[in-house]
Amino acid sequence: MIPRISIVGRWLATGAAALSLLACSQGDARPKSASAKAPPQPYARDPFPSTYRAYPGVPTLVRNVTVYDGEGGRIDNGQVLFADGKIVAVGQSVNAPADAQVIDGTGKWVTPGVVDIHSHLGDYPTPSVQAHSDGNEATGPITADVWAEHSVWPQDPGFSRALANGGVTTLQILPGSANLMGGRSVVLKNVYARTMQAMKFPGAPYGLKMACGENPKRVYGSKSRQPSTRMGNIAVDRATWAKAQSYRRKWDRYDADGGDMPDRDIAMDTLRGVLAGEILIQNHCYRADEMAIVEDMAKEFGYKVTAFHHAVEAYKIADILKANGTCAAVWADWYGFKMESYDGIGENLAILERAGACAMIHSDDENGIQRLNQEVAKVLASGRRAGIDIAPQVAWKWLSLGPATALGIADRTGSLKPGKMADVVLWNGDPFSVYTRPEKVWIDGALLFDATDPKRRPVSDFELGQPGSGDVK
Amino acid sequence: MKRALLLLATMLASPVAAQTVAITGATVATGDGSAPIENGTVVFQNGRIVAAGPGIAVPAGAQVIDGRGKWVSPGFVAGFSDLGISDAAGVEESNDAGARNAPFNAAIDVAVAINPAEVKIANERLGGVTRALVAPEAAGSIFAGEGAVIDLGDDPDAVTRPRAFQFVELGESGGRLAGGSRPAAYAMLRDALAQAEDYRRNPAAFGGRERMSLVKRGDAQALLRVLDGSVPLVVHVERASDILTVLALPRDYPRLKLVLTGVSEGWMVAREIAAARVPVIAAALADLPAQFESLGATESNVGRMRAAGVQVALASTGNSGGEHNLRQYAGNLVAIARLPGHTGLAWGQALAAITSGPAAALGMDGEIGSLRAGRRADVVLWDGDPLELSSAPTAVWIDGRAQPMNSRQKALRDRYLVPTEGALPKAYER
Repeated sequence: MIPRISIVGRWLATGAAALSLLACSQGDARPKSASAKAPPQPYARDPFPSTYRAYPGVPTLVRNVTVYDGEGGRIDNGQVLFADGKIVAVGQSVNAPADAQVIDGTGKWVTPGVVDIHSHLGDYPTPSVQAHSDGNEATGPITADVWAEHSVWPQDPGFSRALANGGVTTLQILPGSANLMGGRSVVLKNVYARTMQAMKFPGAPYGLKMACGENPKRVYGSKSRQPSTRMGNIAVDRATWAKAQSYRRKWDRYDADGGDMPDRDIAMDTLRGVLAGEILIQNHCYRADEMAIVEDMAKEFGYKVTAFHHAVEAYKIADILKANGTCAAVWADWYGFKMESYDGIGENLAILERAGACAMIHSDDENGIQRLNQEVAKVLASGRRAGIDIAPQVAWKWLSLGPATALGIADRTGSLKPGKMADVVLWNGDPFSVYTRPEKVWIDGALLFDATDPKRRPVSDFELGQPGSGDVK
Repeated sequence: MKRALLLLATMLASPVAAQTVAITGATVATGDGSAPIENGTVVFQNGRIVAAGPGIAVPAGAQVIDGRGKWVSPGFVAGFSDLGISDAAGVEESNDAGARNAPFNAAIDVAVAINPAEVKIANERLGGVTRALVAPEAAGSIFAGEGAVIDLGDDPDAVTRPRAFQFVELGESGGRLAGGSRPAAYAMLRDALAQAEDYRRNPAAFGGRERMSLVKRGDAQALLRVLDGSVPLVVHVERASDILTVLALPRDYPRLKLVLTGVSEGWMVAREIAAARVPVIAAALADLPAQFESLGATESNVGRMRAAGVQVALASTGNSGGEHNLRQYAGNLVAIARLPGHTGLAWGQALAAITSGPAAALGMDGEIGSLRAGRRADVVLWDGDPLELSSAPTAVWIDGRAQPMNSRQKALRDRYLVPTEGALPKAYER
């Protein structure tokens, strides 16, 4: 561990101790006993809680529409009803209340909102100026202490484009990939707010961003410090996990028995959360051989890799990923921009799907996030030509339920299942056609984008009063 | 040496096929801005288009290809790419796009570095791309150097036109390259052009060899070609005010042939661009205030400029390997034409923006970019609408020569269709 982090950790621990002393003197009048251990006091797991509240909506019935339910189902000439922020019913015909707003979806499609598991909106916002570059705490290879949510600028104009052009209703904001352990992610509802907390997806688990390969070794190698090689990457990772195991033992013992509170270490809190299964590993990793090594490292230390991101070579090891229960979040057709992306092919997702591995699309890009449906359409076409014919309704899982599952929120969003959040997109045609656009987007049943209504088009503070403010984008 | 090898290779592999080919019964999209024609015929011979359209007779002895249910279009022309000069952009050793520490700038000529065997060329060819405007990257000066037009054919002769344009960065990046400000970039531009004039007046007296000199002899020669209008000057700017500043340059340099690229705020000064008759090669879908110089960015930019009479083409953005997405960009501009408040392109205009458009920007639309008679026969047969994401080429001709429909990506795909290893390691499957 680098000294900077332990200094920060110690400072916070001191502060916490002072606070608890204060609490004792004010409220706790029990007599002190020299022999009895002080009872354990758990630290806050959610110190920046979500204040997100769904905006009001009206009971809405979309009928005469083609439905991809996000779980692999397709209903032609179907109906979707949602009310009070929740999906109520989806089917060939549903019973709607008399006061429901009725939308004729003839020639149109309804799908669950798109979930992007890999975004840097808010922490690399536009304008992309140095003053906004808040995604990589590139000051040490292990910065598990940083939380992406503390960088998120809720006024990023990119959120509106992801909504209006991409039908994105939920997104995970990750720190960048300069570091082996780059910090915690945060999951947001794509609803503008004055504060980050008010965008925060209620109850979504945190993720820990890890990175393999060229980025960390380049960033630190160029500073002549470890890691400068792939073997250095794994060495620093393993040393850190070993320390985390010891930290976990110390705190687990304290949580059970009480006594003297161990020193808090903010970075180690996150790793302890991973080892306890509360925080999900979201691991930037391109190459097949490297992913296999990371899987073994995870077994060595008793954690699980939830998803490899940018898994350009996942198609080579679909069987290994499947056996480990690890998802692959990938681009449709990015390749050739660096050595570890040299073997990218357009059939990656299709090969993974056919092999039964968990797979999904992701953007990692403020432009790509606006067209994830089109990215999937390209994969479908490439797959079909390779003899892998995947039905479009099955492919929609790559856009919603798959990423929601890998974020640990699939019980709440990601498909049009009764009781789930009414995160819904009405597309003005087949969403896998290049000629189709989102027409309406509801989040928790509230209409937050309408292509036919200039008033349902968000304008972030930054853009207000600027050239083109309120214009179509 | 490289040039000699290139010449030798050219002589060995004749890129022109003499045979007459007729594709019949297809939907023909000529790429000149017109709407597609159903049940049309395309005839090409000796590497050139003979005719394309409805009611065209099939010449005797022609190889006839049944195009029923299919579409024919010209191959796409990638407006700005690093195809052929960078195997992997992030691998410095493989990347000849930019030269941060070179003493030269405008003299840098990418043509000598083009590698027709680079694997991305075959990959992108299978996406329907047949030509590319290959631009150097400005790294050590506002002048990037001279770009080339190349073909993506499976032969060792890739350069269609060397010195096809000079590329210069103005706007924010130009300011940065010039030492920190836009005014510094303009001072550098004007000083460099003045030095080129000095060189013209008296080549023998021209220094240009001093270590600190910004303009070497070669740079001066390259800039004279720009001043004479024999090489177009492609200027990267985004902001409306920057565009107007650039449009004023011909007042001082009257023979300058300007082309604008980037231009995300072009719609704000579209009438001025149209009046100046300066073509643009714009990013189709730039809709974010990516920098302070593009606060007005919108996907309607290209459509609004076109509506104002600007000659527009689409740039292939980013590193090479993404050129196959040109049709996706074009298709999106068709899609927004259906939405209130947006301005997009008609289908034929959208195809033109990725075929004849970039060619016309360099004055090469008489040579490439459409299926009009006399043009080089860069022809793609598609299994559907070429702008639709579900479509793909079933055959590609470049200069009339049928291209192999394989690539390294396809070989990788075939090797890993079943990811597990079989009786022998994967390394034995090929």
